[in-house]
Amino acid sequence: MYVTPDGREIFVIDGHVHYWDGSPENQRNVHGKQFIDCFYAYHCNLSPEEERWEKAKFEKYSQDDLYRDLFIDGPDDMAIVQSTYLKDFYKEGFNTIERNATIAEKYPERFIVNGSFDPRDGELALEQIHYMKETFDIQGCKLYTAEWHGESKGWKLNDPWAYRCFELCDKLGIRNMHVHKGPTIIPLNKDAFDVHDVDYAATDFQNLNWIVEHCGLPRLDDFCWIAVQESNVYGGLAVAMPFVHARPQYFGTVMAELLGWLGPDKLLFGSDYAIWTPQWIVEKFWNYQIPEAIAEESGQQLTDEIKEKILGLNAARLYGIDIDAKKAQFAGAPVQIAAE
Amino acid sequence: MARDDAMTGPEREVWVRLDEVFDPELDEPITELGFVEEVAVEGAAVRVMFRLPTYWCSPNFAFLMAEGIRREVSALPWVQHVEVRLEDHLCAEEMNEAINRGESFATVFAARLGGGDLEEVRDTFAKKAHQRRQETVIRGLRAQGLSPGEIAEMTMADLDRVAFEDREEALQLERYRRILVERAMPRGPGDHAFPDPDGVALTTAGFPDRMRVLRGVRINMEFGTSLCRGLKQARYKEHVTVDGEPTLVDFMLDRVPPRQSAG
Repeated sequence: MYVTPDGREIFVIDGHVHYWDGSPENQRNVHGKQFIDCFYAYHCNLSPEEERWEKAKFEKYSQDDLYRDLFIDGPDDMAIVQSTYLKDFYKEGFNTIERNATIAEKYPERFIVNGSFDPRDGELALEQIHYMKETFDIQGCKLYTAEWHGESKGWKLNDPWAYRCFELCDKLGIRNMHVHKGPTIIPLNKDAFDVHDVDYAATDFQNLNWIVEHCGLPRLDDFCWIAVQESNVYGGLAVAMPFVHARPQYFGTVMAELLGWLGPDKLLFGSDYAIWTPQWIVEKFWNYQIPEAIAEESGQQLTDEIKEKILGLNAARLYGIDIDAKKAQFAGAPVQIAAE
Repeated sequence: MARDDAMTGPEREVWVRLDEVFDPELDEPITELGFVEEVAVEGAAVRVMFRLPTYWCSPNFAFLMAEGIRREVSALPWVQHVEVRLEDHLCAEEMNEAINRGESFATVFAARLGGGDLEEVRDTFAKKAHQRRQETVIRGLRAQGLSPGEIAEMTMADLDRVAFEDREEALQLERYRRILVERAMPRGPGDHAFPDPDGVALTTAGFPDRMRVLRGVRINMEFGTSLCRGLKQARYKEHVTVDGEPTLVDFMLDRVPPRQSAG
């Protein structure tokens, strides 16, 4: 719960968090080291100085750290944990659904755990989807189209096997597809930022919601163009959010663009924890106004009403969360202080 | 050695050539982005070492920069041998071997990366640079009070008479003129000053649409620029200090607080 300076209570759903293990013990090779190092550079680069962590904690933090940073010290009421496998880089994977489920089991009222699959696994991908639905009752998946896999250097949402996976997701009621379209962590020779495959998949799977993580930055214009035409395309603000501190002028330009094209109902807050912690992001976001010159040119401003939608109402709609019921539940049982 | 303003002789000549090598994605010289770590000159042999913001930076961009370094340094009449070294990168080893043997990107990476067409990448990013530079110039002219109609009617001869006080605008005007040359756009005195990347002239009616497209290009490029600069500093823990009056490099490296401008 974020309490505004004038005392209003804002329900916060953090649409993008991770519970990873990037420690040297889990690193399989130099790629594993370079991967977490790159995340750490993002963390140092865009966090306010007083919010920076020691490297060792960043590599591997505990369940208690996560719970405290999000819900006790942080303003989150609920969080959506995204799974990222990267088994080529990490012995036990980076944050598999099994790892993520361990924390959700402990605090089921707080977490939604999303799965992940790779259509290039063919039949195995279909099996994985069945397994994740049956075991964890997932409502959504994180998809990483730029991931290397054997000889393949990436896949498209409109590949035939991807379509078979989406058909199955639709049938099983797995509706929220979080597609990573943003800064690449694994390089491609082709245009790894391309977002046009979202257009095909969103048209052909109208029952599914397509949340484009990182808003396709740095392909914001292409993303906006697609999102305007497809009513089931949303923008995930992970990675865009911390610019509110590091580059406020630029953040205003991006928000004005997104509001102008997508409107206020299709944008989802995400901290991308543990790259960034939600406390300072939410606080700075709530107190932020799009700079006057940009607001005037674009005709857009971040009102309190719009901020409340971005921070929780929009995600609640996608995940069927009854905010009043949740508020009542949390009022009766506030944050648990872990005993461990 | 690293760059030093007091530097003279062959090292300085090499650094001046390196100012002409741009990061294709960010459209800034690699020297100003701080990517060049070392220049060593021994007789007619030159070695240039560069590093990028992350281990994962796209290999095709890395290759374009490496190729640019070799091309620019080789243009010095006294240089007989150029060695380019990329360090701390996923593809460093293959790339260093390839670039120093003079092989093309296509040959080396065809198997590994599924055959990228480097020319296509180069052309795509040259168009973006054209657009980004053009936007800065047009916004500068708007700030001087020119109307969309007046800007749309401008010719190359009119562009010659433009002067900006703002450093960034002046710099981008110069770079805009340069990319028109590089991309072989018509630029006789009577030609339109603001063709789009495909040569279509700017019109008064088309002004809002043109500016919307250019804004999109700017937003995308600025995302990369702010991220990459910060990542490079975070990766190698460079401490940026403002020492006395800001210089042009300070502005470009964001060492100076942003002006409250029209975004």
